[in-house]
Amino acid sequence: MTHDEIGKLRWRCVRRALLELDISLSRFLDERFSGLTDKDQRLFAELVEMEDHDLWYLISGQAECKEIRFEPIVAMLRKGTVS
Amino acid sequence: MSIPVLKFDAVIVGAGGAGLRSAIQLSEAGQKTAVLSKVFPTRSHTVAAQGGVAASLGNSEEDHWHWHMYDTVKGSDWLGDQDAIEFMCRKANEVVVELEHYGMPFDRLDNGKIYQRPFGGHMSNFGEKPVRRSCAAADRTGHAMLHAMYQRNVKANTQFFVEWMALDLIRDSEGAVVGVTAMEMETGQVVIFHAKAVIFATGGSGRIYYSSTNAFINTGDGLGMAARAGIPLEDMEFWQFHPTGVAGAGVLITEGVRGEGGILRNASKERFMERYAPNAKDLASRDVVSRAMATEIKEGRGCGPNKDYVLLDITHLDPATIMKRLPGIREIGIQFAGVDCIKEPLPVVPTCHYQMGGIPTNYSGRVVAPKNGELRAEVPGFYAAGECACASVHGANRLGTNSLLDLLVFGKSAGDSAVEDLKLGKAHRELPADAAAQSLARIDALNTRRGGASVNETRLAMQRTMQDHAGVFRFGDMLKQGVEKILEVEKAARQLEIGDKSLVWNTARVEALEMENLIEVAKATMISAEARKESRGAHVRDDAPDTPEHPNGRDDENWLKHTLFSPVDNTITYKPVNMTPLSVETIALKTRSY
Repeated sequence: MTHDEIGKLRWRCVRRALLELDISLSRFLDERFSGLTDKDQRLFAELVEMEDHDLWYLISGQAECKEIRFEPIVAMLRKGTVS
Repeated sequence: MSIPVLKFDAVIVGAGGAGLRSAIQLSEAGQKTAVLSKVFPTRSHTVAAQGGVAASLGNSEEDHWHWHMYDTVKGSDWLGDQDAIEFMCRKANEVVVELEHYGMPFDRLDNGKIYQRPFGGHMSNFGEKPVRRSCAAADRTGHAMLHAMYQRNVKANTQFFVEWMALDLIRDSEGAVVGVTAMEMETGQVVIFHAKAVIFATGGSGRIYYSSTNAFINTGDGLGMAARAGIPLEDMEFWQFHPTGVAGAGVLITEGVRGEGGILRNASKERFMERYAPNAKDLASRDVVSRAMATEIKEGRGCGPNKDYVLLDITHLDPATIMKRLPGIREIGIQFAGVDCIKEPLPVVPTCHYQMGGIPTNYSGRVVAPKNGELRAEVPGFYAAGECACASVHGANRLGTNSLLDLLVFGKSAGDSAVEDLKLGKAHRELPADAAAQSLARIDALNTRRGGASVNETRLAMQRTMQDHAGVFRFGDMLKQGVEKILEVEKAARQLEIGDKSLVWNTARVEALEMENLIEVAKATMISAEARKESRGAHVRDDAPDTPEHPNGRDDENWLKHTLFSPVDNTITYKPVNMTPLSVETIALKTRSY
């Protein structure tokens, strides 16, 4: 991703409606994002476009991931929750 | 330097509940309306509101707006203005029904009417017994509300400027508001929005505290802009706290955890609530628990290297019970405290939740400020609604579900007032020659400064100072020190430096600009709290205790008045509380007890 794309993604991760997402998404960006492939980075960018409640339930394991393509990213986000 | 100018009838800053509600009034009245928002509207913090919206619909049992008014006055510890409170409670049914017509999917009774549930502090027959008054849409009331209102705005042709940050209020030589400056994040371009009416609906400022339930977006932008434009801030000492937020993160731990048997412990593992509330212990009311926690921390019995939190222990509960009765709690502990609460206790602190004070308005949503001896002189062209405004309906303490009601009623009212003023048909007032000078100077300073203060370190210093010195339970000596400390932090906040000077999607620049807003709120809070030498509602001082002469530490003789903090010279004036409702008799002063 380009510098500008990452800047836009960062803004959309650190200014959410829910505090839970502000914290978990910004932490993921700081600690894990740069190690992802470009394809996974773009999947992450797509995933965070979800509605806040739905995304938080997904990350916190209170809801199942219904789209196979997001499963690896969701697994990484969840792994972040138990490390 | 030539700055683009966009001309609208009305500009609304903020696209949460209050902003969207006011935009509907303006756009449906045919006014050319712009809404500026740092995020897509349905990512505003209103989404986090779950409890519902209060309205005396009486769908499940008898209810009346007058009872709701009584509860709100009592909840405010008599600091709320009774004209505004009557206005809000009388309008509640209307705004809820309107919302239903916009498509809000309220929970229903079998007979098809809106389902209503009880909520703390809402009673029937002037405080007699709990009443079902809260209208909700499952646990997504705020979210559903925003979606319904956003769609309505799209239909009404409201023009949205998404991912734009408003920078400064523009006032002319007579003090009238004539627009705002704003920055588009995608380009870094600064633009003047020239308007006949400017409505602030920028939400709360809870990020001034180290521990806050507020999302990162709540940086008090409206209050900062108002303060820089010389508008005083009202009743900023009053902040509502929740006893159990995860230490260091702020994420809420539901009261249900204590309900299921959770125990609060200090550094010696002592169950300290036994000393403060021998009967109710850990199930004592929110304020009692919060004060006990703050006292343990102040007296050195807190936990961790900084002794700045206590522990919420559920390790004695059956793991199956935790998983079944407290869904999500284990995940919250693991994610935000690095603690598996089945095996270890959770670190918790009293956590800032809601701002009762704000930009002073009347119940019409018009901003009012002292001028030529008049304490409530309207500022032409300027309106505010929602958490950033102080009408004042919450006074010293807000009742649950009254916040969503506030943003609906006063969002609509501010919109209506703007429409009324616009219908006078006046032309746009002229922009001052230096309309964008302040904003450009702020941005230029961030672009060029070397050797300044770090944004992260300055924010942390502010948040620590506020948490330690103006938290849920306040001590005279700590407040005095807090004033000195926050004025020191302010010096750093005036000299911020950012490493990234790029124009496009520069989050560091935006966070620095937000920090300049936060410090205005923090300073107003600390100085106002130090000055108020009584306990009232959410402002509770150790040196203003409960006595027979002053029950709960409240001193009506000297302190039944609103604080007005002037950011220009850090001074305070006061104005009387409006004790005269619009149509009913005054709800007379009484000791607040439940």
